[in-house]
Formats: sequence, structure tokens, C-alpha cells
Amino acid sequence: MKFECEKCQREATVHLTEITNGQKIERHLCEECASAEGITIKAQLPISKIIEELMLQSSAEKEFSDLRCDVCGISFLEFRRDGLLGCPHDYEAFEHVLVGLLERSHEGQSCHVGKVPANAAESERVQNELLRLRGSLAESVRREDYEEAAALRDHIRRLSDGLHEEGQ
Amino acid sequence: MNLTALSRHSARWQESPGQFGDVVVSSRVRLARNLAGMSFLSRCSNGQVREIADLLRRVLTGGVLAEGAFYVDIADADPLDRQLLVERHLISRQHAEGDGPRGVAVTPDETLAVMVNEEDHLRMQVLAGDLKLQACYEQICRLDELLEEHLTFAFSSRFGYLTACPTNVGTALRVSVMLHLPALKMTGEIEKVLRSARDMHLAVRGLYGEGTEAIGDMFQVSNQTTLGKSEEQIVEDFRGQIVPGIIDYERSARAALLDNRRGALEDRVCRAEAVMKSARLMSSEEAMYLISQLRLGLNLEMVGDITVETLNELSLLTQPAHLQRFCGRNMSPIERGEARAKLIREKLGKT
Repeated sequence: MKFECEKCQREATVHLTEITNGQKIERHLCEECASAEGITIKAQLPISKIIEELMLQSSAEKEFSDLRCDVCGISFLEFRRDGLLGCPHDYEAFEHVLVGLLERSHEGQSCHVGKVPANAAESERVQNELLRLRGSLAESVRREDYEEAAALRDHIRRLSDGLHEEGQ
Repeated sequence: MNLTALSRHSARWQESPGQFGDVVVSSRVRLARNLAGMSFLSRCSNGQVREIADLLRRVLTGGVLAEGAFYVDIADADPLDRQLLVERHLISRQHAEGDGPRGVAVTPDETLAVMVNEEDHLRMQVLAGDLKLQACYEQICRLDELLEEHLTFAFSSRFGYLTACPTNVGTALRVSVMLHLPALKMTGEIEKVLRSARDMHLAVRGLYGEGTEAIGDMFQVSNQTTLGKSEEQIVEDFRGQIVPGIIDYERSARAALLDNRRGALEDRVCRAEAVMKSARLMSSEEAMYLISQLRLGLNLEMVGDITVETLNELSLLTQPAHLQRFCGRNMSPIERGEARAKLIREKLGKT
């Protein structure tokens, strides 16, 4: 059965049953009126919110705001703003902050226990090197050192051919 | 690939519901992967995004998917085709509305779809009708291993598969079911489900995923925790405990409605049927609402001559992009309302 919001007559989507002194009171509200009353039913805390809370809890905000990944250049503050990391290396660069965040969003866990790719050990070493090389490449292009850039590009190509072969 | 052919029928995975088909409309399993040695998309240059899209397109069309699989370049696609893919649950709204080189590879039976350059470099999903999470997981796992022969994914032994958003890291596995919960909605008990879902670290969303409303009493329930549990454990918790609990809850709410308010319920169902068989104008929201009533009526054996296949087909064909492709032209909302009502009358007229 559809209920109208008791405040504004729109369709109620929040339904509450309160029991006060053995008296059952049913209330029906639309989302807006419910949140105006401080009743919120959120499907999920947005990640930006979790990061926010985490930083508020910590007295080391200054330390967080200086964090920056030396590979992709993203700062922790940019991550906080967008909720997205810039490159796989960020998990290392921001590790000690991320662990708390991961525990918040994964039932207290921060270690992977699932599937491992067949070539994991090899790939971990190469992928970090590749990320670093790509960072240096961008840097050498900025410096207009094209000789170094060309050498880096060759090196990157050799390494990534090993990672992503296309199975001709 | 001409997507018009798709718009004429429901997906093959939707056919023949099984044991839990009265509540579970579909099961979905998805894995997120990123290429090793590459930045995540937000930090890629335009050239790198193009490079990733080209590489993945080559791999995905190079024989790792079933014969007849096709690739849609989403950046190039007609807006109506993008919407069609969203309505068929083959891409997310975010992917349809995003920008930059991106695409989706789809198998002919539409059970498997791989989005390229959505939030992560790769988002692969397996869809099935009814409750078939185990089978879906096995299938996606095989695809993951096949892709691994051609690609190396960003992985760390501490954090697992690395994803752009840390809420997906680890297994990067999202398991979800689309549930039809009309009785829980009617009795208001759905709020209890939503609350306990939250306590169990689950997300509940609408028909088209993140940020969408639950239209037609359809609720998508999925796991939030991707780290610290194995893939098998995530699937097993979901399939073995969580989903059966909600199914039982909905079934007993239906039984209680039948016991206490049978007349009112029959009235609703019969009215819905009557409106669908005679209306001349219908919005897609109204269609979804009425289809939901009929679906409930069908499961409670209150309507005789309508099949669940027809309802599945209608819930897809009455969506805006499907309707326009079906009719072969772009239409205003009013024209769509007419065409939708006509289509429904025709489909329900055939017994």
C-alpha cells in the first residue's frame, strides 16, 4: 500500500515504527522530510565521507596533506576530493593512511586473501618499475630532454611488451 | 554491430526462470581489473586512454570471448544505442554518460559484457537469470584467466587487485542480485531489509545500479566488502545466507498478504491487468509499476494467461530506447506513451 508523507503529502518512502511506553506509532515520511528530521537511510557512506571522518579523527591532518605519490603526482588531498586514486603505486605511497580507510570499508580487513594472478611475483616488480619509468618520461618531456625521453620510451615499450602481449 | 536486432527481444539469459524466479530476477558477478604499469584513468593522458582502449579492444575481439561477440565503441555510438545498452544492463549509466575512448564487448547471448575504460580499465560482468551466482562466478573466473594470458593486471600481494577506488580493491569482486520485492514494499517491511542489509555490509540500489531508484519494486543487492575475504567466500556468504534470507522474507510477506488481504491484492492485480490491456497512453514508470503488479499476480497464480517471459520482454521493450529502436524512429515522450501502450496491448492480447 502506498503512504503519503505526513508532512508534505508526497509519496512516503521512509516508514518508521516507534514504540513508546508500549504504544506503537507508525510514521511515514518522504526522503526529504525524513532527512530534515535527522532520519537518514543511506545505502552506503560515500568514500569522500569516510575519508573525511578518518582525517577528522586523526590529529595528523598536516601529515596527510603533504602526502603525494611520486609516480603519478596525485596528492592525498586530490584523492580525498575525488575519491579515486591516480595509479597502482598510490596504494604504497598512501599506505599508512589507506589502511585505516580500507578497514572502515571492508569490515576491518586490509589484507587480500583471494585469488593471486599466475604471474604475480614477476608482475609486481615490473609494474612498479614501469610506473616509475612513465613518471620519468613525463618529467623528461617537461624538461624537453628528448634524447632521454626516447630512451625511456624504448625501455617502457620493452617492459610492457613483456606484460601485455597480444597473442598474435 | 547493429544494435537494433537486440532491441526486439529480451536477453537469452532472462529466459526460463527457475527455483527462485518468483523473487530473484537476475544474478550478476563483476570483476574490476587495471593494466599493470599504467596509471588509473583519471591520471592518464588522452593518448594513454586511447592506448588502453585500443589494446583492450584488440584483446577482447581476438578470440577470448565466445564466437559472435561484438564490440561497441561507446564514444562513437549513437546516444540511443548507449541508452539501449544501459537498459539491457550491459553498461552502466556512468559509462554511457562518460567521455573519452571507451567501449564494451558483449557475447551474443549477452551473458558476458566487458566494459573498457569505465572507472577501471576493465570491468567484466556475467549475467544470468534466477539465482546462479556460483555459475556466474565460475564463468567470470575463466574469462579472467584467459585475459591473464594476454595482459598483466595491477596487483599487490598485500592489497590484491588494485582498483581506482579503494572500495573495490582486493578481489575487486562485486556480486549482486536483482530482487523483485513487491510484498515487502507494500507492507513497508522493506525498510527493515534495507537496514539489516546495511548492517551486513551490503548495498541496496535501484534497477540501474548506483544512484538509481527502485522502480517497479526491483532492488539490486550487492556486497560492499571486497578485501579480506576470498572470492569463494564472498559468493558463498551471499548465495548461502544473505539472499535466501531475503527470499524467505518476501515469500512470507506474500503469504501474509494472501491470508489477510487477498481481496485487495486481487483487486490490484486485476486492475493492473485491465489497465495494461486497454490503456492508450502509458509512461515507462507506470508500465514498470503495472508490470510489477502483474509479476506478483502471476507468482501468486492470480492471472492465468500471461507468462513471466512476456513480462520480462515487456519490462525491457517498454523502456525509452528500446521502444524507439523497436518502432524504428526517434519519438517525443507523448508519442512514446502511445507506442508503449499499443505495444503492451499487442503483447498481452496474444495468448
